[in-house]
Amino acid sequence: MPVRPTAALPLLLTTALAATALTACGSGSGSSPDTVKVSYKQSTDNSVKVMDTYLAGIKKQFEHEHPGKKVEFVPIKAPDAEYYTKLQQMLRSPRTAPDLVYEDTFLINSDITSGYLKPLDPYLAKWPDWGQFVGTAKAAAKGQDGKTYGVPDGTDTRGLWFDKRVFRKAGLPTDWQPKTWDDILAAARTIKRKVPGVVALNVYTGKPAGERATMQGFEMLLYGTGDGTRDPLYDSGSKKWITGSQGFEDSLKFVETVYRDKLGPDVSDALDPNFNTTVNGELLPQGKLGIALDGSWLPQAWLPGSGHEWPDWSKQLGLAAMPTQNGQAPGKVSMSGGWTWSIPAKAGNPDLAFEFVRTMQTKDNARKWYIANSGIAVRKDVAADPAYAGAQPGIRFFTDLVASTHYRPAYPAYPKVSTAVQEAMEGVTTGDLSVAEAASGYDATVEDVTGGRVVRK
Amino acid sequence: MRRGNPAVRALPLAPALVLLLLFLAGPIAYCVWIAFTDLQLTGQAHSSFVGLANFRRAFRDDAFLHAVRLTLVFTVLSSLIGQNTLGLALAALMKRASKPVRTLTGGIVVTAWVLPEVVAGFLLYAFFRREGTLNAILDWLHLPRQNWLFTLPVLAVSFANVWRGTAFSMLVYSAALDEIPAEITEAAEVDGAGGWRRLWHITLPMIRRSIGTNLMLNTLQTLSVFGLIWVMTRGGPGNRSQTLPLYMYEQAFQNSMIGYGTAVALLLLVVGSLFSVVYLRLLRTEV
Repeated sequence: MPVRPTAALPLLLTTALAATALTACGSGSGSSPDTVKVSYKQSTDNSVKVMDTYLAGIKKQFEHEHPGKKVEFVPIKAPDAEYYTKLQQMLRSPRTAPDLVYEDTFLINSDITSGYLKPLDPYLAKWPDWGQFVGTAKAAAKGQDGKTYGVPDGTDTRGLWFDKRVFRKAGLPTDWQPKTWDDILAAARTIKRKVPGVVALNVYTGKPAGERATMQGFEMLLYGTGDGTRDPLYDSGSKKWITGSQGFEDSLKFVETVYRDKLGPDVSDALDPNFNTTVNGELLPQGKLGIALDGSWLPQAWLPGSGHEWPDWSKQLGLAAMPTQNGQAPGKVSMSGGWTWSIPAKAGNPDLAFEFVRTMQTKDNARKWYIANSGIAVRKDVAADPAYAGAQPGIRFFTDLVASTHYRPAYPAYPKVSTAVQEAMEGVTTGDLSVAEAASGYDATVEDVTGGRVVRK
Repeated sequence: MRRGNPAVRALPLAPALVLLLLFLAGPIAYCVWIAFTDLQLTGQAHSSFVGLANFRRAFRDDAFLHAVRLTLVFTVLSSLIGQNTLGLALAALMKRASKPVRTLTGGIVVTAWVLPEVVAGFLLYAFFRREGTLNAILDWLHLPRQNWLFTLPVLAVSFANVWRGTAFSMLVYSAALDEIPAEITEAAEVDGAGGWRRLWHITLPMIRRSIGTNLMLNTLQTLSVFGLIWVMTRGGPGNRSQTLPLYMYEQAFQNSMIGYGTAVALLLLVVGSLFSVVYLRLLRTEV
């Protein structure tokens, strides 16, 4: 049957169009074999360029040492929670997967289970520097299959930052070291009474703060309950999540006390998703916050070129380890996390990507990075380097905390458990829920999101 | 005219059909499929078919039911009552206003409409926040200030949606009012009908179809509002302004449960269709 030319033409055009569209979907990463695409988390604060500046320097060095090769950055400018989502979406398809990604250890096990990442063992076996990395940090990027999926670029620890200016006004000692939770609350009450207009104590809380609330806030309390030998969140023996624990309720009680007694920031401020920027950029530098339960990286916000320069911070701020609930052994508590560089399973140029990691992780470059981002070294050679230890006040303090630190049970269900923690915290922060109600809500949610893999303790 | 084989006669439509199937029906079918699986963004190597589990889960989930209630409140408050009534009032007032007033008012209202959702969200965040414009005005009037986004989040985002969406209703109603023949209104005036009587017995019945169309479009648009609420409150504090699109986003992208999130999206579609059916019936009835 003859086909009229008017019909044949569009048909031909469409077929051609559809064919190109389809093949575009099916083809590989589309990146040239001489270009390594690197994705990382860019700060949402435009004045913070620490990582951008550091990576630009590495790119220059890499391209100089590897003639003909190019580095292309694919920065993702997003708050933490959205960074993970965007990254996971990119990792799903070979068209969008970069060659190298910056992975939070918070989610790395989840992404390993999904098959998003490539095991690095063949590369690591031929890399002499790998022997310099401390064991705990190596474990953070290890899958349940025993293979390693990331090269850590540092870790972090957490503790209590306190403002000596505020402490002096409140008549408190400037070499403060609380022994129990009650000591912290007592100091906060004194500040509230004697230094009006100042937030006595900040503990991140609620869903808007995301993992910051869980880790800097809740887990710093929770891991200081009990006898200190068991993980209070996850029972690794039975591989089940723990519900109904006294420690959980006690930790919620602490959060409730902070906000009910108005020792913390105004609830509506605490639940502002950008509150951490206010803490780092305004409250602490301006002397409007007495005690901050926060991470080792804070000075990063005050370095020259950061937008909120505060060279004098170490004269005005003191550091204290977070005590356990009743001062029981080991007396202090910290949580650790950190980030690793990983190669996606669907990366087009994995070999070149690892070359880039090697360039980043020469001893000199690693030290430069730790100092630039106030990171805690996971390389023994850097940790022993006086240039690192003396680069910044506080580094010694936070590096010493590594001995009493805990890592999160970062299994695939963890992000959902973490959200459940934030919801429980938020309930007692706003006063909508009692501690018992919030805790039983947490138990129910955890049972739901883990498919019933829970154990009552 | 020569009647050819129907298959050949349909051939010119084929390219369009192929394109539609490929780029429209394909993704939609894929989405429907995902809603019946336990697909996750991360933490899972393979997904599997789970039947109606996602939907059953939704109806057992208090957070979902809470989001449905909030979505209905938000839609009724901001679309049915706010945008619709205010749009009609503005259109009626502008019909009588002088040309400069008309141009100026129209310009201001339409500006709110053409602003991207996120920009509008930031503007209203700045208006409602604790140190924002609204509280500055209240201070000036010696009235008590509030943290509006914290104490009355649904009201704040509803107001934002009214602010942003009224222009559309106004344009629709302006066109409809212009269609009413002047002699009918004049005849009614001669017969002694006052303003309210004319509105109730002449204007409203004559623009009934426009009201139906406008309500339908407004409602569907409002049901899917995401950016505005996300920028202003992120669904918070707690879940106090978490409407269905935000709940869906949280489940799909923050908790990584794409399958469940897609099922929620389909349920949102059902809510939209229910509204549409009601409006379509309203349109069909003759005076």
